Amino acid sequence: MSKTGTIEQDGVIKEALSNAMFRVELENGHVIVAHISGKMRMHYIRILPGDKVKVEMSPYDLSKGRITFRYKS
Amino acid sequence: MGKAVIILSDDEVALVKESSLLVGRTLAEVARHIAPGVTTGKLDAIAEEFIRDHGAVPGFKGLYGCPSTLLISVDEQVVHGLPGGRALREGNVASVDCGVLMNGFYGDSAYTFCVGEVAPAIRKLLQVTQECLALGIAAAVDNNRTGDIGFAIQHHAESNGYGVVRELVGHGVGRKLHEAPEVPNYGKRGHGVRLHSGMALAIEPMINMGTKEVKQLNDGWTVVSRDGKPSAHFEHTVVVRAGIAEVLSTFRYIEDVLVKNGVGATHASSTSK
Repeated sequence: MSKTGTIEQDGVIKEALSNAMFRVELENGHVIVAHISGKMRMHYIRILPGDKVKVEMSPYDLSKGRITFRYKS
Repeated sequence: MGKAVIILSDDEVALVKESSLLVGRTLAEVARHIAPGVTTGKLDAIAEEFIRDHGAVPGFKGLYGCPSTLLISVDEQVVHGLPGGRALREGNVASVDCGVLMNGFYGDSAYTFCVGEVAPAIRKLLQVTQECLALGIAAAVDNNRTGDIGFAIQHHAESNGYGVVRELVGHGVGRKLHEAPEVPNYGKRGHGVRLHSGMALAIEPMINMGTKEVKQLNDGWTVVSRDGKPSAHFEHTVVVRAGIAEVLSTFRYIEDVLVKNGVGATHASSTSK
Protein backbone atom coordinates (compact mmCIF):
# COMPACT_ATOMS: atom_id res chain seq x y z
CA MET A 1 0.00 0.00 0.00
CA SER A 2 1.51 3.34 -0.96
CA LYS A 3 1.89 6.09 1.59
CA THR A 4 0.72 9.69 1.11
CA GLY A 5 3.95 11.63 0.89
CA THR A 6 4.92 14.99 2.35
CA ILE A 7 5.09 17.46 -0.48
CA GLU A 8 8.11 19.76 -0.79
CA GLN A 9 7.51 23.00 -2.65
CA ASP A 10 9.32 26.27 -3.14
CA GLY A 11 7.77 29.61 -2.32
CA VAL A 12 8.41 33.28 -1.58
CA ILE A 13 7.85 34.91 1.80
CA LYS A 14 5.07 37.48 1.52
CA GLU A 15 4.91 38.73 5.10
CA ALA A 16 6.21 37.90 8.56
CA LEU A 17 3.58 37.13 11.20
CA SER A 18 4.21 36.75 14.93
CA ASN A 19 5.71 33.64 16.56
CA ALA A 20 8.08 32.86 13.67
CA MET A 21 5.13 32.24 11.31
CA PHE A 22 5.18 33.53 7.77
CA ARG A 23 2.72 33.93 4.94
CA VAL A 24 4.28 32.18 1.94
CA GLU A 25 3.23 32.31 -1.69
CA LEU A 26 3.98 28.94 -3.28
CA GLU A 27 5.08 28.43 -6.86
CA ASN A 28 1.62 27.14 -7.77
CA GLY A 29 0.04 30.39 -6.56
CA HIS A 30 -1.41 29.15 -3.28
CA VAL A 31 -0.78 31.31 -0.23
CA ILE A 32 -0.21 29.39 2.98
CA VAL A 33 0.89 30.04 6.53
CA ALA A 34 4.14 28.29 7.44
CA HIS A 35 6.33 28.18 10.51
CA ILE A 36 10.09 28.10 10.61
CA SER A 37 11.59 24.68 11.29
CA GLY A 38 13.33 23.93 14.56
CA LYS A 39 16.61 23.26 12.80
CA MET A 40 16.60 26.74 11.33
CA ARG A 41 15.76 28.25 14.71
CA MET A 42 18.66 26.38 16.26
CA HIS A 43 21.09 27.88 13.79
CA TYR A 44 19.55 31.40 14.07
CA ILE A 45 18.74 31.57 10.36
CA ARG A 46 16.71 34.71 9.71
CA ILE A 47 13.92 34.86 7.14
CA LEU A 48 12.68 38.11 5.68
CA PRO A 49 9.87 38.96 3.27
CA GLY A 50 11.07 38.41 -0.28
CA ASP A 51 13.24 35.40 0.56
CA LYS A 52 12.81 32.27 -1.54
CA VAL A 53 12.33 29.25 0.69
CA LYS A 54 11.57 25.53 0.54
CA VAL A 55 8.38 24.50 2.33
CA GLU A 56 7.39 21.02 3.52
CA MET A 57 3.67 20.33 3.56
CA SER A 58 1.53 17.53 4.87
CA PRO A 59 -0.98 16.11 2.39
CA TYR A 60 -3.57 16.17 5.15
CA ASP A 61 -3.61 19.98 5.55
CA LEU A 62 -2.53 21.97 2.55
CA SER A 63 -2.88 25.36 4.25
CA LYS A 64 -0.03 24.91 6.73
CA GLY A 65 3.63 24.23 6.09
CA ARG A 66 7.08 24.08 7.57
CA ILE A 67 9.91 26.18 6.16
CA THR A 68 12.97 23.94 5.93
CA PHE A 69 15.42 25.82 3.74
CA ARG A 70 16.21 29.38 2.71
CA TYR A 71 17.76 29.77 -0.72
CA LYS A 72 20.58 32.23 -1.37
CA SER A 73 19.26 35.37 -3.04
CA MET B 1 8.35 13.65 8.93
CA GLY B 2 11.27 13.34 11.31
CA LYS B 3 11.19 9.62 12.10
CA ALA B 4 14.46 7.69 12.16
CA VAL B 5 15.15 5.00 9.57
CA ILE B 6 15.35 1.43 10.77
CA ILE B 7 18.21 -0.92 9.94
CA LEU B 8 17.20 -4.57 10.03
CA SER B 9 19.44 -7.40 11.16
CA ASP B 10 19.94 -10.35 8.81
CA ASP B 11 17.42 -12.39 10.81
CA GLU B 12 14.84 -9.63 10.54
CA VAL B 13 15.48 -9.28 6.80
CA ALA B 14 14.85 -13.04 6.48
CA LEU B 15 11.43 -12.57 8.11
CA VAL B 16 10.55 -9.65 5.83
CA LYS B 17 11.63 -11.87 2.93
CA GLU B 18 9.30 -14.65 4.03
CA SER B 19 6.38 -12.23 4.23
CA SER B 20 7.27 -10.74 0.85
CA LEU B 21 7.53 -14.16 -0.81
CA LEU B 22 4.08 -15.02 0.53
CA VAL B 23 2.76 -11.84 -1.09
CA GLY B 24 4.30 -13.02 -4.37
CA ARG B 25 2.58 -16.39 -4.06
CA THR B 26 -0.71 -14.75 -3.12
CA LEU B 27 -0.57 -12.52 -6.19
CA ALA B 28 0.13 -15.63 -8.28
CA GLU B 29 -2.96 -17.29 -6.81
CA VAL B 30 -4.96 -14.17 -7.69
CA ALA B 31 -3.45 -14.28 -11.20
CA ARG B 32 -4.80 -17.79 -11.68
CA HIS B 33 -8.32 -16.45 -11.24
CA ILE B 34 -8.13 -13.22 -13.20
CA ALA B 35 -10.43 -13.44 -16.21
CA PRO B 36 -13.23 -11.38 -17.74
CA GLY B 37 -16.30 -11.63 -15.52
CA VAL B 38 -14.52 -12.24 -12.21
CA THR B 39 -15.38 -9.66 -9.55
CA THR B 40 -12.72 -7.83 -7.58
CA GLY B 41 -14.47 -8.95 -4.40
CA LYS B 42 -13.99 -12.60 -5.38
CA LEU B 43 -10.25 -12.03 -5.95
CA ASP B 44 -10.04 -10.37 -2.54
CA ALA B 45 -11.67 -13.35 -0.84
CA ILE B 46 -9.32 -15.75 -2.63
CA ALA B 47 -6.31 -13.76 -1.51
CA GLU B 48 -7.44 -13.56 2.11
CA GLU B 49 -8.08 -17.28 2.29
CA PHE B 50 -4.69 -18.03 0.71
CA ILE B 51 -2.84 -15.79 3.15
CA ARG B 52 -4.58 -17.19 6.20
CA ASP B 53 -4.04 -20.77 5.00
CA HIS B 54 -0.31 -20.05 5.15
CA GLY B 55 -0.45 -19.00 8.79
CA ALA B 56 -0.18 -15.28 8.09
CA VAL B 57 -2.53 -12.32 8.31
CA PRO B 58 -3.52 -9.82 5.59
CA GLY B 59 -1.29 -6.77 5.99
CA PHE B 60 -3.72 -4.09 4.86
CA LYS B 61 -6.98 -5.14 6.42
CA GLY B 62 -7.77 -2.88 9.37
CA LEU B 63 -4.84 -0.56 8.72
CA TYR B 64 -5.98 3.07 8.40
CA GLY B 65 -9.48 1.57 8.18
CA CYS B 66 -8.75 -0.53 5.09
CA PRO B 67 -11.67 -2.94 4.62
CA SER B 68 -9.95 -5.49 2.38
CA THR B 69 -6.96 -7.74 1.85
CA LEU B 70 -6.18 -6.51 -1.65
CA LEU B 71 -6.32 -3.08 -3.24
CA ILE B 72 -7.39 -3.57 -6.86
CA SER B 73 -7.19 -0.55 -9.17
CA VAL B 74 -8.64 -0.87 -12.65
CA ASP B 75 -7.70 1.27 -15.67
CA GLU B 76 -7.74 4.96 -14.63
CA GLN B 77 -7.64 4.00 -10.94
CA VAL B 78 -4.06 4.51 -9.81
CA VAL B 79 -4.00 2.80 -6.44
CA HIS B 80 -6.14 1.95 -3.41
CA GLY B 81 -9.15 0.70 -5.36
CA LEU B 82 -11.49 -1.17 -3.02
CA PRO B 83 -12.58 -4.68 -4.07
CA GLY B 84 -16.31 -5.17 -4.45
CA GLY B 85 -18.92 -6.07 -7.01
CA ARG B 86 -17.02 -4.68 -9.99
CA ALA B 87 -16.43 -7.37 -12.63
CA LEU B 88 -13.24 -7.27 -14.66
CA ARG B 89 -13.75 -6.95 -18.39
CA GLU B 90 -11.66 -7.80 -21.45
CA GLY B 91 -9.20 -4.98 -22.05
CA ASN B 92 -8.98 -3.86 -18.43
CA VAL B 93 -5.66 -3.44 -16.67
CA ALA B 94 -5.92 -4.17 -12.97
CA SER B 95 -3.15 -3.43 -10.51
CA VAL B 96 -3.35 -5.64 -7.46
CA ASP B 97 -1.56 -4.49 -4.30
CA CYS B 98 -1.17 -6.96 -1.45
CA GLY B 99 0.43 -6.94 1.98
CA VAL B 100 1.15 -9.69 4.47
CA LEU B 101 2.00 -9.66 8.16
CA MET B 102 3.82 -12.77 9.32
CA ASN B 103 6.12 -13.31 12.32
CA GLY B 104 5.77 -9.64 13.22
CA PHE B 105 7.12 -8.33 9.90
CA TYR B 106 5.39 -7.00 6.80
CA GLY B 107 5.80 -7.75 3.11
CA ASP B 108 4.36 -5.48 0.40
CA SER B 109 4.19 -6.05 -3.33
CA ALA B 110 2.00 -5.20 -6.31
CA TYR B 111 1.57 -6.21 -9.95
CA THR B 112 -0.52 -4.83 -12.80
CA PHE B 113 -2.37 -7.54 -14.74
CA CYS B 114 -3.88 -7.48 -18.24
CA VAL B 115 -7.39 -8.91 -18.46
CA GLY B 116 -7.64 -10.68 -21.82
CA GLU B 117 -6.43 -8.69 -24.81
CA VAL B 118 -5.16 -5.23 -23.91
CA ALA B 119 -4.29 -2.33 -26.24
CA PRO B 120 -0.59 -2.19 -27.21
CA ALA B 121 -0.23 1.37 -25.88
CA ILE B 122 -1.32 0.17 -22.45
CA ARG B 123 0.95 -2.85 -22.62
CA LYS B 124 3.81 -0.45 -23.27
CA LEU B 125 2.84 1.59 -20.19
CA LEU B 126 3.03 -1.56 -18.09
CA GLN B 127 6.38 -2.53 -19.56
CA VAL B 128 7.90 0.91 -18.96
CA THR B 129 6.57 0.97 -15.40
CA GLN B 130 8.12 -2.39 -14.70
CA GLU B 131 11.40 -1.07 -16.13
CA CYS B 132 11.07 1.95 -13.83
CA LEU B 133 10.81 -0.42 -10.89
CA ALA B 134 13.98 -2.21 -12.00
CA LEU B 135 15.83 1.10 -12.37
CA GLY B 136 14.64 2.25 -8.96
CA ILE B 137 15.83 -1.01 -7.39
CA ALA B 138 19.21 -0.61 -9.13
CA ALA B 139 19.57 2.76 -7.38
CA ALA B 140 18.73 1.33 -3.95
CA VAL B 141 22.31 0.72 -2.87
CA ASP B 142 24.42 1.68 0.13
CA ASN B 143 25.34 5.39 0.22
CA ASN B 144 22.83 6.42 -2.40
CA ARG B 145 19.84 8.57 -1.43
CA THR B 146 16.08 8.27 -1.88
CA GLY B 147 16.38 11.04 -4.50
CA ASP B 148 18.52 8.73 -6.64
CA ILE B 149 15.76 6.12 -6.66
CA GLY B 150 13.15 8.76 -7.44
CA PHE B 151 15.25 10.30 -10.21
CA ALA B 152 15.79 6.92 -11.89
CA ILE B 153 12.06 6.21 -11.93
CA GLN B 154 11.00 9.71 -12.93
CA HIS B 155 13.57 10.05 -15.70
CA HIS B 156 12.60 6.80 -17.39
CA ALA B 157 8.86 7.38 -17.10
CA GLU B 158 8.96 10.98 -18.31
CA SER B 159 11.31 10.09 -21.20
CA ASN B 160 8.47 7.91 -22.43
CA GLY B 161 5.97 10.74 -22.05
CA TYR B 162 4.19 9.36 -18.99
CA GLY B 163 3.18 11.15 -15.78
CA VAL B 164 4.74 10.34 -12.41
CA VAL B 165 2.34 10.55 -9.47
CA ARG B 166 3.65 12.88 -6.76
CA GLU B 167 1.15 12.53 -3.93
CA LEU B 168 1.83 8.85 -3.21
CA VAL B 169 5.19 7.41 -2.34
CA GLY B 170 7.06 4.22 -1.51
CA HIS B 171 8.18 3.66 2.05
CA GLY B 172 10.33 1.75 4.48
CA VAL B 173 9.02 -1.65 5.58
CA GLY B 174 9.52 -3.51 8.84
CA ARG B 175 7.44 -4.14 11.92
CA LYS B 176 5.03 -1.53 10.60
CA LEU B 177 3.81 -1.45 7.02
CA HIS B 178 4.83 2.18 6.58
CA GLU B 179 8.18 3.07 8.11
CA ALA B 180 10.60 5.90 7.40
CA PRO B 181 11.92 6.90 4.91
CA GLU B 182 9.47 8.00 2.23
CA VAL B 183 10.59 6.89 -1.23
CA PRO B 184 8.99 9.22 -3.80
CA ASN B 185 8.94 8.15 -7.44
CA TYR B 186 10.41 11.52 -8.40
CA GLY B 187 13.51 13.24 -7.14
CA LYS B 188 16.89 14.85 -7.70
CA ARG B 189 20.07 12.81 -7.65
CA GLY B 190 22.02 13.30 -4.44
CA HIS B 191 19.00 14.57 -2.52
CA GLY B 192 16.84 12.86 0.06
CA VAL B 193 17.47 10.42 2.86
CA ARG B 194 20.74 8.46 2.76
CA LEU B 195 20.38 4.71 2.29
CA HIS B 196 22.28 2.18 4.40
CA SER B 197 22.66 -1.58 4.16
CA GLY B 198 19.83 -3.27 6.00
CA MET B 199 17.11 -0.75 5.17
CA ALA B 200 14.02 -2.50 3.83
CA LEU B 201 12.15 -0.37 1.29
CA ALA B 202 8.96 -0.79 -0.70
CA ILE B 203 9.66 0.77 -4.09
CA GLU B 204 6.41 1.29 -5.97
CA PRO B 205 6.35 3.36 -9.16
CA MET B 206 2.85 4.64 -9.98
CA ILE B 207 2.94 5.83 -13.57
CA ASN B 208 0.06 7.41 -15.49
CA MET B 209 -0.32 7.26 -19.26
CA GLY B 210 -1.31 10.93 -19.38
CA THR B 211 -1.15 13.61 -16.71
CA LYS B 212 0.57 13.09 -13.39
CA GLU B 213 -2.37 14.75 -11.59
CA VAL B 214 -4.59 12.50 -9.51
CA LYS B 215 -7.59 12.94 -7.28
CA GLN B 216 -9.22 10.87 -4.58
CA LEU B 217 -12.79 9.63 -4.84
CA ASN B 218 -15.46 10.13 -2.17
CA ASP B 219 -14.91 6.65 -0.75
CA GLY B 220 -11.81 8.07 0.88
CA TRP B 221 -9.57 5.45 -0.71
CA THR B 222 -9.59 5.14 -4.49
CA VAL B 223 -7.12 7.41 -6.28
CA VAL B 224 -7.78 8.06 -9.98
CA SER B 225 -5.92 9.89 -12.73
CA ARG B 226 -7.47 13.28 -13.41
CA ASP B 227 -7.57 12.77 -17.18
CA GLY B 228 -9.15 9.32 -16.99
CA LYS B 229 -6.22 7.60 -18.73
CA PRO B 230 -4.90 4.29 -17.40
CA SER B 231 -2.26 3.96 -14.73
CA ALA B 232 0.22 1.20 -13.87
CA HIS B 233 1.66 0.17 -10.51
CA PHE B 234 4.37 -2.35 -9.71
CA GLU B 235 5.97 -2.82 -6.30
CA HIS B 236 8.79 -4.84 -4.78
CA THR B 237 10.05 -4.98 -1.21
CA VAL B 238 13.84 -4.75 -1.34
CA VAL B 239 16.65 -4.40 1.16
CA VAL B 240 19.49 -1.98 0.53
CA ARG B 241 22.89 -3.62 0.24
CA ALA B 242 26.35 -2.48 -0.90
CA GLY B 243 26.64 -2.60 -4.68
CA ILE B 244 23.27 -4.17 -5.48
CA ALA B 245 19.97 -4.37 -3.62
CA GLU B 246 18.48 -7.66 -2.50
CA VAL B 247 14.96 -8.06 -3.86
CA LEU B 248 12.83 -9.78 -1.22
CA SER B 249 9.50 -10.11 -3.00
CA THR B 250 9.20 -11.87 -6.35
CA PHE B 251 7.13 -11.89 -9.54
CA ARG B 252 8.42 -15.37 -10.41
CA TYR B 253 5.27 -17.18 -9.24
CA ILE B 254 3.04 -14.64 -11.00
CA GLU B 255 4.92 -15.00 -14.26
CA ASP B 256 4.80 -18.81 -14.09
CA VAL B 257 1.01 -18.54 -13.91
CA LEU B 258 0.77 -15.96 -16.69
CA VAL B 259 2.99 -18.01 -19.00
CA LYS B 260 0.99 -21.14 -18.26
CA ASN B 261 -2.21 -19.28 -19.11
CA GLY B 262 -0.69 -18.25 -22.42
CA VAL B 263 -0.82 -14.56 -21.50
CA GLY B 264 2.93 -14.15 -21.27
CA ALA B 265 4.74 -12.02 -18.73
CA THR B 266 4.27 -8.27 -19.07
CA HIS B 267 7.76 -8.09 -20.47
CA ALA B 268 10.95 -10.09 -20.68
CA SER B 269 11.66 -11.55 -17.27
CA SER B 270 15.23 -10.34 -17.05
CA THR B 271 14.36 -7.78 -14.40
CA SER B 272 12.04 -9.87 -12.25
CA LYS B 273 13.30 -12.30 -9.64
